[in-house]
Amino acid sequence: MDTVATMVNLTECTKGCRATVVKLNARGALKQRLVSFGVMKGAKLTLLGYAPAKKTVEIKVGRMRLALRKEEAEMIEVQPDA
Amino acid sequence: MPDNAPVCPVTEKHIRIALVGQPNVGKSMLINSISDARLHVGNFSGVTVEKSEVFFDYKEYHFTVVDLPGTYAFTDYSIEERVTHDFLCNEDYDLIVNVVDSTNLEKNLQLTAELMTMSKKMVLALNMTDEAQKEGIEIDAAYLSQLLGFPAVKVSAAAKTGIEALIETIIEVHEAPRQEAKLIFSEAVEEEVDAIARYLDTHHFKAAISNRNIAINLLQNEKKTYRTLHDLPLWTELQPMLIEADRHIRTHHDTDDIKEVFAEEYAAFVRGVVAETVRVNNPKAQKKSLTDRIDDVLIHPVLGIPIFLLLMWGLFQLTFEVGNIPMEWIDGFFGWLGDVVGNTISNDEIRSLVVDGIISGVGAVVLFTPNIIILFIGIALLESTGYMSRVAFLLDGIFHKFGLHGQSFIPLVTGFGCSIPAYMSARILKNDRDRLLTLFIIGFMSCGARLPVYVLFTGAFFSQSVAGNVLFAIYITGALLGLIAAKVLKLTAFKGVDEPFVMEMPKYRLPSLKLIWHTVLTKTLMYLKKAGTFIAGASMLVWFLSTYPHSDAIEQNYTVQMEKTSEAAGREQLAVERDAAQLEQSFLGRIGKAIEPAFEPIGLNWKLAVALQAGLAAKEVVVSTLGVLYAVGEGASETDKSLVNAIREHIPFASAVSFIVVIMIYLPCLAASVVFTREAGGIKYFIYLFLFTTVTAYALAFIAYRLTLLVTGAPAVLPT
Repeated sequence: MDTVATMVNLTECTKGCRATVVKLNARGALKQRLVSFGVMKGAKLTLLGYAPAKKTVEIKVGRMRLALRKEEAEMIEVQPDA
Repeated sequence: MPDNAPVCPVTEKHIRIALVGQPNVGKSMLINSISDARLHVGNFSGVTVEKSEVFFDYKEYHFTVVDLPGTYAFTDYSIEERVTHDFLCNEDYDLIVNVVDSTNLEKNLQLTAELMTMSKKMVLALNMTDEAQKEGIEIDAAYLSQLLGFPAVKVSAAAKTGIEALIETIIEVHEAPRQEAKLIFSEAVEEEVDAIARYLDTHHFKAAISNRNIAINLLQNEKKTYRTLHDLPLWTELQPMLIEADRHIRTHHDTDDIKEVFAEEYAAFVRGVVAETVRVNNPKAQKKSLTDRIDDVLIHPVLGIPIFLLLMWGLFQLTFEVGNIPMEWIDGFFGWLGDVVGNTISNDEIRSLVVDGIISGVGAVVLFTPNIIILFIGIALLESTGYMSRVAFLLDGIFHKFGLHGQSFIPLVTGFGCSIPAYMSARILKNDRDRLLTLFIIGFMSCGARLPVYVLFTGAFFSQSVAGNVLFAIYITGALLGLIAAKVLKLTAFKGVDEPFVMEMPKYRLPSLKLIWHTVLTKTLMYLKKAGTFIAGASMLVWFLSTYPHSDAIEQNYTVQMEKTSEAAGREQLAVERDAAQLEQSFLGRIGKAIEPAFEPIGLNWKLAVALQAGLAAKEVVVSTLGVLYAVGEGASETDKSLVNAIREHIPFASAVSFIVVIMIYLPCLAASVVFTREAGGIKYFIYLFLFTTVTAYALAFIAYRLTLLVTGAPAVLPT
């Protein structure tokens, strides 16, 4: 990867997009929860799809599927894989 | 389990096991497979989430398995996590059996790594081995055991393989001395752990487990360890060491959050272990798994919600259509029981207490058992297949607008049937605040028992053709009021940051019939036991209030009159009038009279007030009480023409509207209130619910009353 890919938050990715977590802008319980699900710095995610009106988003971390509300997904900064 | 296993020999040895695992790893199914034949389940409840105990015997050992709620991490974020956390930290047990899903080892071992810091004897059960094999995942269990420092056993609860080996391993580990688990941290953390442990060693600090364990706990900011060491003289030297260590570690990890540091540490350890022991043979074969294909349909952005609504509709049809069949038998049975028991008691008052008080009261609760069983089966199916998470995913967008959670939908819809299973099903909400808010709103969904009241009043004031629509409007209005109330509560009482919505979407699985049977049976028995005991007491109270004081003067007066009347119809009418007169001067009647002034502003008289109070016991009682008070006959029903006429004659339209509004909103029946109190976690919540529903009901009834008067132009006349 020569070009520096831009950092975006998870909701800016489209369905099927693969990305690596760069930063978690969450605090406290939410952060703990995300981390316990394996969403932490360096983790690889796949965006599986959105619920109606893009209110919730489904991602895949490792072998697990995870549903997040839009507000939570926005806290996850990722770098889309080239 | 061999059949010749001794049931309870004299020489028995006890092994107490804490069964721990993340959600959806097949823990409960494993318990069922282990203790196959002689399953004895005893439930002891925490506040709302139960941990259950299972007992079984193997060889000369007597096993107690404590099935702890599934938890993703060793924290105390949700109730489940708290129950598990507290049990593991404070209670007495011999070893931990950590159940993991072999198809998702990397995620599951995260919890394992955390459990390893407990320094307890441990056994790892690699569950779903068969499924892993199908997916081409190969785990080197022997090497894994070596790396972790405690045995890992391949099992499959579904295929019932490896169970015997697991039990044997548990016995082995139990008999052998404890070995320190091989949890290795990064260099920076290891350095600090070592330093602190060495310091403790040189000061001859005797830890219950090990000084390494104390050091790890201190670095993780574990409160209990802090409290223990805080009062010791060595603390003055230890504290600066800890501050320095904490700073050192955090700089290394480039974060200000020590919890995150350790999460990353565990994750790194787990990644290493998984890389060494797990081989995936055909990673390309699972391009689009079955779960993917099912999800394409079930959580389709357009089709998803209609499919869900259809499924729910089906479940409700089943619950209240099929459920009604045995209800008639149960009703008949308690009627028969009342007669039989009544005949054996000669004392009138004791007979009345037993038959009219206890038997009919308890019968009213038992009556709902079929509905509850069907509903529980449905919910267990939705949950164990993995569909429930999808529902939350689909609906969270809408519900979040009203301050509710996607999963609130299930209890709310259940509330249209009966509030009791609705309160109980609110347990699927893992977060305290979401669950409490949902519990407060459930009452707005008019339950089946309120239907007779609505039918009676709509029948009295509207023509046959419109009555159905009015009925529907009442239900819809109730539900909308509920959503508004949720929003209001969210903005006031349950104010605060929105709870995050981060939820696993488990793989779809075929449900195990045995597991569902087990879940439903346990929950039903609990319902019968707990609601039943409370109800027996409460029924006695209501019976007492409506029976005493008994006026002999009234009795005599009517007996004389009845003797004078020759025809049977006239005598019946007099008997009904006598009951009405007795009720009027009973405690219940006196209370009604006393509080009548409070009900005047909303256009209700003492009779309607008493009917509302009787409805606190059970909403079905409202109609029969009105029947008695308007003296049209004991067995009054909503289709009874004379009662409909009496209502139309005596109650002005505006008062009827006000009455219906109160019925829609005020406190649910006693049985439901008891269940609410238990589910919410304390009497204090019941008081809140009482205040909330009473104030709302009163305010809205007042508005509805005045508005109706204004629109119809009728004068404000109290009912007669």
